This record gives sequence, structure tokens and C-alpha cells, in this order.
Amino acid sequence: MTVQQFAKEIRRNTLRCLHSQGSGHVGGSLSIVDALAVLYSRYMHVDPHDPRMADRDKLVLSKGHSGPALYATLAIKGFFPAEWLDTLNKLGTRLPSHVNLNLTPGVDMTAGSLGQGLSCACGLALANRLNGIDRNVYVITGDGELQEGQNWEGAMFAAQKKLDSLIVLVDSNKLQIDGATADVMNVEDICAKFAAFGFDAQRVDGHDYEALDGAIHRAKIAKNGKPQCIVMDTVKGKGVSFYEAMGAGVHSTSVTDEQYEAALNELK
Amino acid sequence: MELRKEYVNELARLMRENDKIVILDADLAGAGGTKPLYKEFPDRCIDVGIAEANMICIAAGLAASGFVPFVHSFVPFVARRALDQIAVSVCYSEQNVRIVGFDPGVHTTSNGGTHMSFEDIATMRAFCNIAVVDIVDGVQLRKALPYITAHKGPMYIRFVRKQTDELFDDSYEFGFGKADKLRDGKDLTLIASGTMLFDAVKAADRLESEGYSVDLLGIATVKPLDEEAVLASARKTRRVLTAENHSIHGGLYGAVTETLSAKLPTLCDAVAVRDKITQVGSLNDLKRDYGLTADDIYARAKQLLTNNG
Ligand SMILES: Cc1ncc(C[n+]2csc(CCOP(=O)(O)OP(=O)(O)O)c2C)c(N)n1
Ligand SMILES: [Mg+2]
Repeated sequence: MTVQQFAKEIRRNTLRCLHSQGSGHVGGSLSIVDALAVLYSRYMHVDPHDPRMADRDKLVLSKGHSGPALYATLAIKGFFPAEWLDTLNKLGTRLPSHVNLNLTPGVDMTAGSLGQGLSCACGLALANRLNGIDRNVYVITGDGELQEGQNWEGAMFAAQKKLDSLIVLVDSNKLQIDGATADVMNVEDICAKFAAFGFDAQRVDGHDYEALDGAIHRAKIAKNGKPQCIVMDTVKGKGVSFYEAMGAGVHSTSVTDEQYEAALNELK
Repeated sequence: MELRKEYVNELARLMRENDKIVILDADLAGAGGTKPLYKEFPDRCIDVGIAEANMICIAAGLAASGFVPFVHSFVPFVARRALDQIAVSVCYSEQNVRIVGFDPGVHTTSNGGTHMSFEDIATMRAFCNIAVVDIVDGVQLRKALPYITAHKGPMYIRFVRKQTDELFDDSYEFGFGKADKLRDGKDLTLIASGTMLFDAVKAADRLESEGYSVDLLGIATVKPLDEEAVLASARKTRRVLTAENHSIHGGLYGAVTETLSAKLPTLCDAVAVRDKITQVGSLNDLKRDYGLTADDIYARAKQLLTNNG
């Protein structure tokens, strides 16, 4: 399967998962799909049959509300049966819309209260160092999420402790719930901010597989004592025309039978 | 009407009268319902972005300068994530900040475990000087708002944004620190706060159909508790059951039993969450799973009524 096909498959399954509830966090799930496709096809050293393997790469989905995209990815990789995708948010489910490390094989950290993931990832990276494990810890944050001050406490710590195995991917889709991030509380210049905190920072098109691949590759091999940041320019709702067109409203929205069918048509 | 609509309509009216009221949101102005206020009062509505701790302290600064800030988010993000900011900048500093938490307890439904909080009343109640209000319906919210605005000192208010059930009609009068006496009875005291009042009414109906008479108290103000009403009722019935959408630790049951154990030791039980981890699910499934339904109230009431201790 090519990375393009993998990404389409993830999008279809993300919507399958959300459609089972009739609504959910569509926009921020779809905007990270291409990054997940590149990570899980080319970089993540993980074993679906041994999800807790000590010697693995880890991913912290700090914007935990985008769980459905990660679940779709993990299901395709074989971490659990695809049927689980239809249980989103039902009582007793293994797939709650906000990720939970105790419930889902392949989920490395719980998230949903925004702004905590980067700090948790610092702990994971530090533990790897103490345990002599040479693997990467990836974090995906939202752009609105960076308004939480704790991110910057984490960033300061990562640089101070020279956590160069830490790779922060910012999903810069320019939107949060109340509107454009630039209007609500501007977080730009994200690259310059992370650089000022001691990171190597790059900015790429978050839907260009080769650009993403190049950026992740550079971050992975840098090993220069600096934590790594990749700001991904993305589109909220990416891959489905009517979701892309919704603006801030796509954050949490419906996936009706008709919308699901129309979306699958676009994702053939 | 959705509670967020009642809320914003009444708040708009109060803001027209009182230019000291200010509104703060943390990226949930649309979801919480305050968005329309931003048009009419652009200077007095502030969306701080996803930064709740920052929001609480900004509100404290505004309050220290004579404003009456209302800050909003989902319960855990406003009442838990910013706890030390509330403790120091609001409660210890005795500032007139109104902390408003949406979708308490099981009402979080599909947002799940990270957004579900069963400890907000306990933590808020433990702080010095802060009043704690658990709202049942839109009428109560509308009637309480003028008082909430005028109150001196910090206050925490929790309510469900969307729910449309109604208990009270327009004749209802909100009394701060006063229990609402809903039924007069002699066999059992049933005390419920927030949306558990809906279930308490149903359970009381069923008990009454079996010939029991229930003294039913609605508690909007969990702190300060209407101790007189609780004591008067317990003196009559000698059996007290509380019902709350909250942990059994430190909420309504805590408040009621703290009072009774010191002044009138009484047989008590609680319909509340018993140390069970938060989770995702539909409202009805969650209520059933945590034992927060009218049936649960009925079953515990029956146990109390047949316990001759
Ligand atoms: C601490 C906290 N505050 C508020 C929320 C509610 N919330 C969920 S998603 C969201 C907006 C997130 O925006 P962004 O980080 O840009 O994510 P994306 O656009 O990728 O969905 C908010 C405010 C939350 N989950 N956690
Ligand atoms: Mg965003």
C-alpha cells in the first residue's frame, strides 16, 4: 500500500468511526491523517502484536480529541479488529473519543485535557534515556492547544534536558472552536517560538507526504542535543470537500448517513 | 429552553443594567452559549483562548478592580485545571469571581473520562468563602442570576448547557442558601441537588404510590447549606437519603452528613458516584452505570425505609 492509499484508508476509517456515533471531532481528526500515514508507514517502530514492547517509538496524541484518526490508523495496522471502530463512545468501549492509554492497544498516553501531552512526552523521552532505549517520542499538538501555558513549560524542559529524541508535530490548521486561531489568541510565529525555546524548528505542508517525510527524517537524524519541532500547515477537515469548507464549525460536527456516503465517494 | 439560552438572555439583561459585569471564555464561547454577548458587549467579553488558568487570574485582576467577572468552561477545565489559581487569586484573595462550569458529572456524555468531573463540588466546597450552586433547570438558573451577580465573594455554579427538562415554573423564587421544599412528608427525607432532582421527583412519586410520604428538599446552594431545613426534616423522618451527580466524597452527601453527625445523628444513605473511574457513554447508560437513576433512588430509599437499625 502506498502512503497515499494508506492515508485514504485512514480517512475512510476515521469517518466510519465517527459515523458510528453520528457526530464528533471531524475536523481535527482529518487534519492529522497525512502525518499519521507517514509516521505509521515509514517511521513508527511498533509491533501490533506487542503494543507495549519496551523498545518502541511512542506517540502522544496531545490533541486527544482526534482519537478517531489514530484509531483508524491503529486498526489498519492490526492493533485491534476494525469492528472496534464502530464502538466509539459507547459505554464500555475501548475507543473513547479522547485517547486513553489503558483502553486502547497502541495508544501511549492519555489525553483530552489540552496542553498536557508535551510534558508527558518529556517524561517518556527522559525515561527512555534512563532506560538506555534509543527510540523517538512523537507528540502531536493542536495550534490552539499551544495557548495552554504548560506547553511552554514542557518546551523549556525538553531543551534544558537536551531531549533530542523528542519530536513535536504541531497541527497548524489555523482553527480552534471559537474561530480562527489568529483571531481568538494568536499563537504565531510557532516556528520562531519553538526555536526561541531551544528547538530545531521546521515548517512544512502537512498534506505533502514527501515534505513531511523529509522533515521527520531530518528531525530523527539530527541528534544534536536539541528537541525537534515540525509545524505542519494543514487544513481542518482535509480530504472531504464539504468538511474543508465548513471553517471553525468542522471542529465537532455531524457525520450523517448521507455525509458518510458522500465522503466515501470523494475518498475512492 | 436550553439552559445556555436562558443563561445568555438573562445575563444580557443584567449586563445592560450593570456595566461592571464582564464575561470570560476559554475557546468555548460558542459551545457554552455566551457568543451572542460578544456582539452586544464587545469590550466586556473576553475570549482568552485555551488557557483556563490564565483566565481565572485575569478575572481575579478584573474583580480586584471592581468588575464582576463570569468565567466559563467545561467543569474540569474551569474547576480543576485552574485549582491553585482559584485557591490563591480568587478564594484566598476574596475576589468576586463567578466560576461557571458546564456539563457536570455524567452530563459530559460523549466527551468522556477526561472531561467528566465528580469532584468539583468537593474541591470548591473545601475552599474558604466560596459559595457553591448546583442548578437544576433553566427557570432556576434565570431566577438565580440576579442574585449570583449581586453576591459578595467568590461563587462556583455548575449547570448543563443543553438540557431542556423543566421542574420549576415562573412562580419559582430563588433563595440563596435556602432549600426548596418540594414535598411534605414524614417517612423519609430525600435531598437532591442539580439534575438529580428530576430523578428524585420520579422516585418520590413511586414511593408515594406505595403509601410512603416523602419530605423532598431541592438543594441549589450546596454551600452554604440550609442546615435548618435539613435538621427540621431529619427530626421529623429520622431517615435521610441524598442524591447528587457527583462523588459520594465531599459533595451534597458530605455537606448533609457533616451537619447531621454533629447535630442530629441520623440514618443516612446516598445516591452518588462511589469511587468509580470516569468514562464515556450516553447519558442514560452513564446514569445506570453509576447508579444515578430514579430506580437507584427508589431502591436505596426502600432500604432506608425498612432499616430499623
Ligand atoms: C484544557 C482544555 N480546555 C478546553 C478543551 C475543550 N476543547 C477541545 S478541542 C478544543 C480546541 C482545540 O483547538 P486546536 O488545538 O487548534 O485543535 P484542532 O484544531 O486540531 O482540533 C477545545 C477548546 C479541552 N479539551 N481541554
Ligand atoms: Mg487547530
